[in-house]
Amino acid sequence: MKNKYIKWLLFLIGFILLAFVVVLYSLWVGEFDISLLSIPDILINKQDSVEYTVITQIRLPRILLGLAVGGALSLAGVLLQGIYRNPLVEPYTLGISGGAALGVSIVIVFGLQQIIGLFMLPLAGFIGAMVTIILVYVLSVKKGRLKMQSMLLIGVMISFISSSGMMFLMAISSSENIHSIIFWIMGSLDEPNMTLIYTTSIISALGLLVSYMFVQPLNALRLGEEKARHLGINTEWAIRLLFIIASLLTGVCVAVAGVIGFVGLVIPHLVRLLVGNDYRIFLIASFVVGGSFIVLSDAIARTVIAPNELPVGVITGIIGGTLFIVVLAKNSFKR
Amino acid sequence: MDKEFFRLNDFSCGYGHKFKIEGISFSIHKGQFAGIIGPNGSGKTTLFKGITHELKRLAGDITLNDKNVFSLAYKEKAQNIAIVTQKIEVEDILVCDYVLLGRIPYQSRFTFFESKEDYRLAEKYMKLTDVWRFKDKLMSELSGGEQQLAGIARALTQEPQLLLLDEPTAHLDITHQVQVLNLIQRLNKQLGLTVLMIIHDLNLAGEYCNYLVMMNNGKVHFKGEPHDVLTFNNIEDVYNTVVVTRTNPISGKPVVFLVSEQVLESK
Repeated sequence: MKNKYIKWLLFLIGFILLAFVVVLYSLWVGEFDISLLSIPDILINKQDSVEYTVITQIRLPRILLGLAVGGALSLAGVLLQGIYRNPLVEPYTLGISGGAALGVSIVIVFGLQQIIGLFMLPLAGFIGAMVTIILVYVLSVKKGRLKMQSMLLIGVMISFISSSGMMFLMAISSSENIHSIIFWIMGSLDEPNMTLIYTTSIISALGLLVSYMFVQPLNALRLGEEKARHLGINTEWAIRLLFIIASLLTGVCVAVAGVIGFVGLVIPHLVRLLVGNDYRIFLIASFVVGGSFIVLSDAIARTVIAPNELPVGVITGIIGGTLFIVVLAKNSFKR
Repeated sequence: MDKEFFRLNDFSCGYGHKFKIEGISFSIHKGQFAGIIGPNGSGKTTLFKGITHELKRLAGDITLNDKNVFSLAYKEKAQNIAIVTQKIEVEDILVCDYVLLGRIPYQSRFTFFESKEDYRLAEKYMKLTDVWRFKDKLMSELSGGEQQLAGIARALTQEPQLLLLDEPTAHLDITHQVQVLNLIQRLNKQLGLTVLMIIHDLNLAGEYCNYLVMMNNGKVHFKGEPHDVLTFNNIEDVYNTVVVTRTNPISGKPVVFLVSEQVLESK
């Protein structure tokens, strides 16, 4: 029975190797030609060269943000699918992205970004996300108990309301503003502010650490809420905290990188097919694979129509969706 | 031996305004094999959910070894009372991993790997319940009877003092009904495990249990030894059905026979 630990270790090593390869690839490709083999030399010996600046100032921050956002989004997907026991739930189902997008649209349409400057859009996105989370949470508590089913419905409804609100704003605003809104919604890892990148990375890593305090409740919840309680788990408390962790992670990601779709839905499913449902390996595996997936998608988005750039969400959607269908179809044939 | 091990004292619980059970009092001795019987809607499941704290307690108390069950911490309660529900949730989980989940009440929040002891106990109880032979199968690949056995193995891995079962024989054919109940009886005798189960089938209840609580309309109608509970008077009162009761010639336990309407009319 104990060889499952060895299996987990092998999976983990494999995924980390994969992440390493993807990071290298992403450092290598791009508008500016840098040979793969010269990268160590540039990093160590040529610290005043253009190549060094391109690698450390442009590509590395993007990769770091990609790992953080991809990891956090797939982790949020894993946690939400775990507490709702519903494979269709993803970080954006609960209207968090809609709320963030509405917040950003308001700022753009009313020209508020001049007030604080660069930080205004992420801040507006984060506030929008938080307002949504609090609304969903408060509206779902009845008689001191969190009603999971109505929570999902309320989230979906809030999502509709905020997208209607956004369409209303777009209908009354100038085409220039509409362009900014759409550009933001499509999502991008192009973030010039290093502080924001570091903050996101730290929050993302903390999210993973804190989630590991809940592997036991998550594993017990695989049997259902009632049976988890029979095993001595305080499900009410665990579900509330996990919901808050997942929403915070999603809110931060959306605020910084916009709405990058598909990661939080597809990666948990793919990883589950590979490593199984035990959250001790499932959490970290999804985090690493999700991060690598976004970094790879971003590298493709940067290069496929160079010198122009595609929104990373286009690539995550196409690759993620296709890969998922292929894997699922293959799996159902096998059975 | 005569100590009242598990005891309900004037216990009430229910679903808001709709249905509630009231004034339930009975007590079980250590090592007893007790059954709760009663017609549909009599409150058996409500009582079960009240004991497992899925439903809010309205009044009264439940004590285990003189300790109030409701004042126990979540994990402490799971170390003392293990619960096997009627339907074992089918999930993509290996049987051995499922049984190991029974060790959760003994693990701290930061236990990421099961200990040798956890594995030893899981193996011991899987062998005892004859689940060991399909330990590497998925729970969803098992038949209903096998899932029930795995559920019992998981409950035993909690090393409880009291085993609570909700209709362990529902949806099973007689082979599996008897297999499951023989197992529970063996656990009751060999491990000295106290058992309380809800059971629909009066004949099985009479054959296996040594104490019965008969529920009706949210109250205890009668309680005691099977011979005293399973009388045609009691059964006709509670079930509104004409029955004949006899004694099983081999086991000496009470047996209930039904009589069809046509036969009754022709007599």
